[in-house]
Amino acid sequence: MDIHEYQAKEILKDFGVTVPAGGLAYSPEQAAYRAREMGGDKWIVKAQVHAGGRGKAGGVKVCSNDVEIQEAAASMLGKKLVTHQTGPEGKGVYRLYVEAGVPIDREIYLGFVLDRTSQRIMIVASSEGGMDIEEISEKKPESIVRATIDPAVGLVEFQAREIAFKLGIEPALTQHMVRTLMGCFRAFRDRDATMVEINPLVVTTDNRVIALDAKMTFDDNALFRHPQISELRDKSQEDPRESHAADRGLSYVGLDGNIGCIVNGAGLAMATMDTIKLSGGEPANFLDIGGGATPERVGKAFRLVRSDAKVEAILVNIFAGINRCDWVAEGVVQALRDEPIDIPVIVRLSGTNVEEGQKILAESGLPIIRASTLKEAADRAVSAWKGDKANKVEVKAV
Amino acid sequence: MSILINDDTKVLVQGITGRMAQFHAKEMMEYGTNVVAGVTPGKGGEVVEGIPVFNTVKEAVEATGAEASLVFVPPPFAADSIMEAADAGIKYCVCITDGIPAQDMMRVKRYMKRYKAENRMVLTGPNCAGTISPGKGFLGIMPPHIYKEGPVGIVGRSGTLGYEAASQLKELGIGVSTSVGIGGDPINGSSFRDILELFENDPKTEVIALIGEIGGPQEAEAAEYIRDHMKKPVVAYIAGLTAPKGRTMGHAGAIISAFGESASEKVEILSAAGVTVAEHPSVIGETIASIM
Repeated sequence: MDIHEYQAKEILKDFGVTVPAGGLAYSPEQAAYRAREMGGDKWIVKAQVHAGGRGKAGGVKVCSNDVEIQEAAASMLGKKLVTHQTGPEGKGVYRLYVEAGVPIDREIYLGFVLDRTSQRIMIVASSEGGMDIEEISEKKPESIVRATIDPAVGLVEFQAREIAFKLGIEPALTQHMVRTLMGCFRAFRDRDATMVEINPLVVTTDNRVIALDAKMTFDDNALFRHPQISELRDKSQEDPRESHAADRGLSYVGLDGNIGCIVNGAGLAMATMDTIKLSGGEPANFLDIGGGATPERVGKAFRLVRSDAKVEAILVNIFAGINRCDWVAEGVVQALRDEPIDIPVIVRLSGTNVEEGQKILAESGLPIIRASTLKEAADRAVSAWKGDKANKVEVKAV
Repeated sequence: MSILINDDTKVLVQGITGRMAQFHAKEMMEYGTNVVAGVTPGKGGEVVEGIPVFNTVKEAVEATGAEASLVFVPPPFAADSIMEAADAGIKYCVCITDGIPAQDMMRVKRYMKRYKAENRMVLTGPNCAGTISPGKGFLGIMPPHIYKEGPVGIVGRSGTLGYEAASQLKELGIGVSTSVGIGGDPINGSSFRDILELFENDPKTEVIALIGEIGGPQEAEAAEYIRDHMKKPVVAYIAGLTAPKGRTMGHAGAIISAFGESASEKVEILSAAGVTVAEHPSVIGETIASIM
């Protein structure tokens, strides 16, 4: 789960990381008031969206008076911000964060990630802050410093000091840098994060180490023990179909194609998408309905996939292991009877009692296209989709 | 022979009093798996499907000599159960549970290192379908009848894709020595490489099918091991060619977040290591048959 910058900063501040003074605003007037409240002569108005790359997209503006703040706020609020991480549809801006300007001497990159090779938390830092980590790895790979953390003891101070020295932090600021690193690590560990990124972490001309930006992502599997983190979820930043699916225990990812997929098992669901592509089509979604393909779940899955207006054919691929194909087939037939569909539906069943399942589909009288292998199912889905599309065009032409 | 499970392996089920665990324990016994004990803290003394239930894994091991354990415990308590098994002297543990926090698994892996290599428990999963040695026994939730006994070793991250491969092989009259699910989580007990090593040393396994997917470094690590240390042929299929970068595809570990983690890059790395790669999942069986 992702959270906003201001929320990440609040958490990190509790763990001893220094952040600039700032306040949340929902309107241009509030933004100006926030600035006046904190004082100073330079403020940054920042759009709060769950995506990076805000600066280049016009989501971060430096202002030096009330009028500029109100104008900057008005230009962002209620708009969609499109950055290189949001996709072309962008993300809605409904909250702003107004922050006091900070005199920057140098910028550092600091990240904490779950490293899958060492299977530990890893610190990734670079003296070349301001760029994203992909760009740093490409342009200045020699500047990257890494350290892995032993889960039994946590981050040890000497490791933090080593990093500070490798980054060229002046001796007078080492202790401040160590405190920042320890704070980030403790926030990561105690709140079950999967990522903490401060880019940039700045050293100011008045000798402070400050987190100018902050991003935190949390382990969905650990939210059960962090109700205070779950509370930070912002549905306005999620794809509505994906949050709808997640709330119903289905794992769904929307894609750009036209062939909807209903599959049990994550691996098989990806394999189904791939086979559609290899057969000349484009999948509209990833959807894993889980182990028990009950009629109720199949029904929910059909409604979800059809809620995507781009979908012009649906491929159902179920491997019935512990379940039986005849039972899954009854579920599909029931779902289609309850809510008839006017686009081609291709069903491939495999596993236990496959013949009985096929028989139920065949005898249902419904226009279900059947297939016995995944390849055959994908081929039929693609040709049915193309055929159906051609038919619809013809009808329109008449 | 086979790996990890044999006909006489004494099996313990942790969390046996749960509905799912009871159902699958029964399936395992019907298949001939030697299930000797169950553990649910606070329910010691009960009997489930004719199996005695104990409060702790240690008690169960002392009373029954259980060597392998199947963990069916809900996510908040699963890591604790795995560590309990490791400490009680269990040799092999399969964890089915989906949804264990990543940092809990990091702690489990660190905890297991306290035991000398020869006493260290082998863990597969979590978030897997389990392990089956056809004709002998299984620890997991798979439908056992789709597996025929034979010379192909299967190792994969996905449950249903593994079923797909096994049933294609059965259609072709080809059997399986052992099929191992290593699970879809980012921090897992055993990697592809660990299981490949077991198959390489198993006299009954002649060919290995590796079923991978996007995300993580373990397929690339396997490719290196195959190239440098394996004599037996390996066939691979990698799912997720059409998966977008940075999105989690069902499995917590199925996310492309670094270089070399996409399906096409993994296919390239495995091909370069001499692995025969099946282009799509419908031909996994045929591809294996073609090199046997």
